[in-house]
Amino acid sequence: MPAILAPILALLSAAGALAGARGLRLLGFPLFGLAGLAAILSGLGHLLDPTPWSLVLPMGLPWLHWHLRLDTLGGVLFLLIGLVTLAVALYGPGYVREFEHGRSRPEALALFGGLFLAGMLLVVLADDAFAFMVAWELMSLSSYFLVTYRHDQAANRRAGFLYLLMAHIGGLSILLGFAVLAAFAGGFDFAAMRAAEVPLAWRTIAFSLAFLGFGMKAGLVPLHAWLPEAHPVAPSHVSALMSGVMLKVAVYGFVRMTFDLVGGVHWGWGVAVLITGSVSALLGVLYALMQHDLKRLLAYHSVENIGIVFIGLGLALVFFGTGHPVLGALGLVAALYHTLNHALFKALLFLGAGAVLHATHERDMEHMGGLLKAMPWTGGFFLVGCIAIAALPPFNGFVSEWLTFQAALQAWVLDSGVLRVLLPVSAAMLALTGALAAACFVKVYGVAFLGLPRGRHVRKAREVGLGMRLGQGLLALACLAFGILPTVVAGLLAGVPRQLMGTGLPEAGAQGWLWLTPISPATASYAAPLVVLGLALAWAIAALWLRRGEVREVSRCEPWDCGFSRPGPGMQYTATAFAQPIRRVFGMLFQIDEGMRGEQGRQRFHLQVGDRFWGWLYLPVERLVNAAARRVTFLQAGRLRAYLGWSLGTLLVLLWVAA
Amino acid sequence: MQLALVVAGAPLLAGWVKSVKARLQNRRGPGPLQPYRDLRKLFMKQVLVADSASIVFRAAPYVVFTSTLLATAAVPLAVRDLPTAPVADIMVVVGLLALGRFFLALAGMDVGTAFGGMGASREMLISALAEPATLMAIFTLTMSAHSTNLSTVVGFQLTQGLVLHPSYLFALMGLVLVAVAETGRIPVDNPATHLELTMVHEAMILEYSGRHLALMEWAAWLKLTLYGVLIANVFFPWGIGETTDPGAFGIGLAVIVAKLALLGLALAVSETVLAKMRLFRVPQYLNLAFLFALLGMLSFLILEVAA
Repeated sequence: MPAILAPILALLSAAGALAGARGLRLLGFPLFGLAGLAAILSGLGHLLDPTPWSLVLPMGLPWLHWHLRLDTLGGVLFLLIGLVTLAVALYGPGYVREFEHGRSRPEALALFGGLFLAGMLLVVLADDAFAFMVAWELMSLSSYFLVTYRHDQAANRRAGFLYLLMAHIGGLSILLGFAVLAAFAGGFDFAAMRAAEVPLAWRTIAFSLAFLGFGMKAGLVPLHAWLPEAHPVAPSHVSALMSGVMLKVAVYGFVRMTFDLVGGVHWGWGVAVLITGSVSALLGVLYALMQHDLKRLLAYHSVENIGIVFIGLGLALVFFGTGHPVLGALGLVAALYHTLNHALFKALLFLGAGAVLHATHERDMEHMGGLLKAMPWTGGFFLVGCIAIAALPPFNGFVSEWLTFQAALQAWVLDSGVLRVLLPVSAAMLALTGALAAACFVKVYGVAFLGLPRGRHVRKAREVGLGMRLGQGLLALACLAFGILPTVVAGLLAGVPRQLMGTGLPEAGAQGWLWLTPISPATASYAAPLVVLGLALAWAIAALWLRRGEVREVSRCEPWDCGFSRPGPGMQYTATAFAQPIRRVFGMLFQIDEGMRGEQGRQRFHLQVGDRFWGWLYLPVERLVNAAARRVTFLQAGRLRAYLGWSLGTLLVLLWVAA
Repeated sequence: MQLALVVAGAPLLAGWVKSVKARLQNRRGPGPLQPYRDLRKLFMKQVLVADSASIVFRAAPYVVFTSTLLATAAVPLAVRDLPTAPVADIMVVVGLLALGRFFLALAGMDVGTAFGGMGASREMLISALAEPATLMAIFTLTMSAHSTNLSTVVGFQLTQGLVLHPSYLFALMGLVLVAVAETGRIPVDNPATHLELTMVHEAMILEYSGRHLALMEWAAWLKLTLYGVLIANVFFPWGIGETTDPGAFGIGLAVIVAKLALLGLALAVSETVLAKMRLFRVPQYLNLAFLFALLGMLSFLILEVAA
């Protein structure tokens, strides 16, 4: 199937906006889903058959037509985008129904949603820097309009502005990175860049610019601050697309640029990526633990998971840079596997959060509770997402973290003592991250879905419609499938390093599809299907054996609670209380404002946990920019002639420099 | 076969620790077979479930028990060459234990009482801080054996002979500290307490009764045994059967029982001498464990790889 079909369908679904609100439901979302399906099919096709597909479109600049190309790496992204898009298309019609009578018109959602999808697909297809940047900006700008969809609230406008600002600083950095490569390649198309011989110093500059630009878009610490502001305020199915897919497009850009275009990787880059990734993972999960807004919490978890992906990429760079291509391929496969997994479970969780929002109009977990009984389907799917993101077997999140650990454990092959120590330490940080993520999702699920309802809206919650359940069910099923069949997935993903770096994972499926043996069967093996089988078997035996006696029925009674009187909803542990020990242990990393407010007798507990990076990085930069802007205000005299004069002067200087 | 032995023997270890502890404290205490009587009693009793509990509460005992069981199945007990060892390497074992803990904590929060939430919150804090130390200690072993497969690790240890590796010593100290924390023993948690403010594990299973409670208790004992076997066989593998024939198996079994009895004795002594810590001292304790494990890793990477 030609890969161009998917973006064309996406653009058509944007045109569904012309048909009005009903058209969105009847035309926009089906086309959206077809685009997703087309993307899945062409993505899978390129994973199975590695021959790249390419096309030159007579568009763009007169001397530079748009080059499009889809290879194995692009195929992974197409598969990922397609799966999430399909689930969103099933979920969307039910979800946007409530917007039909709101102040913001749903047509805008259809228009920008379609453009957003087309932009992401075209970024993956682009085979020259010009097409890449156009598609990249299409993606950034259309998602800005999606973030500010509910623009009647000032907080959303502020989040949107921050997002736009960061997206453009990042875009500029990427553009400069391409400029460095284009200068050596003598052209803007990727084939020329691949072939170009670039000295190491310039390669490092191009890598740094790409790391900065794509890292900003992916939400790496310390450039993450826009992400937890922007992702939660968009409608939930868009949040799923943004957190689930758009961040992955940034990861794609980084992989494409570093491994493919710049090439000749240096291990020092890997160290930078590894450290940034570890710090992002740990801080992301710690900040997430402190949140009690469900969608904001999920957005912080995106920072964490992107950190884990970059740990894998850092390992890959270190191993490729020191001449261990098979281990490098393992790191890359682990990173891509986690990219895929994060797309699935994060989209699932955002859709679940959207379903809760739809049913209760609550985003604050402190008002939720006991939702599992009111919404059994959503509750069940959400539990799958929680187990998967907490990296517990037998779901998919575990497999990718396991692969990352396996790669890190091969540190003993390295010659440098510093590297040999650095890798296990980053693995220990990954372990801490994983355990904290488990704590965080115990908190989320325990507070929101278990226990007693804490609010009036939550008591009246009802299960969402069929389409919304189907969308979540599809993703939950994919989470399970990617967890149980890791050998198949890893085998497909190994095509990416084979195509980019010339080395796959020769031993990954050495003992058949049942056994995942990333390095060699003697080193490590994991048989996910057997683990699942064992769990099921043990469960069945235990349940049958226990129920054979005469006391098989269960009777209901009041909770015992150590003999206290019947507990009310207010006596439950809240989300804030749950995280209190962790807040205390890691206190130095947060900006905590805690205490009692109000006069005697009517005091209220007050707590605000802030992101330290605002104080460390963003506010100083803002002050600096403002001060610099004040210095140059004298230029802004309001006279047109003066402006023209300045422009002419600048142009002359630039021409002189260029000559 | 081996698994059945561990499952059947796990309550004995817990009973042994308990009765030794009672002796050390000048009490007569129940005999080491008491846990079996408790189990039988609980299995006969009717199950009471709080009316506010959901399906997660009822499923959790089975998940906790089966995941612990499966984790135990991958640890070599009496013989080294375990057919189940390649199915799940040591990181999968850690993952399965984490899965059990996840559901245990969820079950604690399900009924909607304050104690359940308190226990869950504390348990997740302790486990989160213990995890890096556990994996660091494990990394030291697996890196020296070049494998994360437990059978291979034990086999590698056997070939090493009685050489003192500083890295193993540190890893052992780290892992012992972690094991005490993870299995909820003094000084981190007290399995015998029902004093409201100090319980962690007991707070989560407070609402359980009948066969559900029995499964939860059994899983906890199984976990204690698992850590005991892990420490005994990975650090002191001598005596473990090399082949699966009955003779080697019998000797291996006798040796591991003796090793576990010794470990249980050590645990009982340390529980008698030490007092339980405040919760906010536990992070320091686990930091110490992590530090030991890190030192083990460093001494392996610096002293032993180069040599």
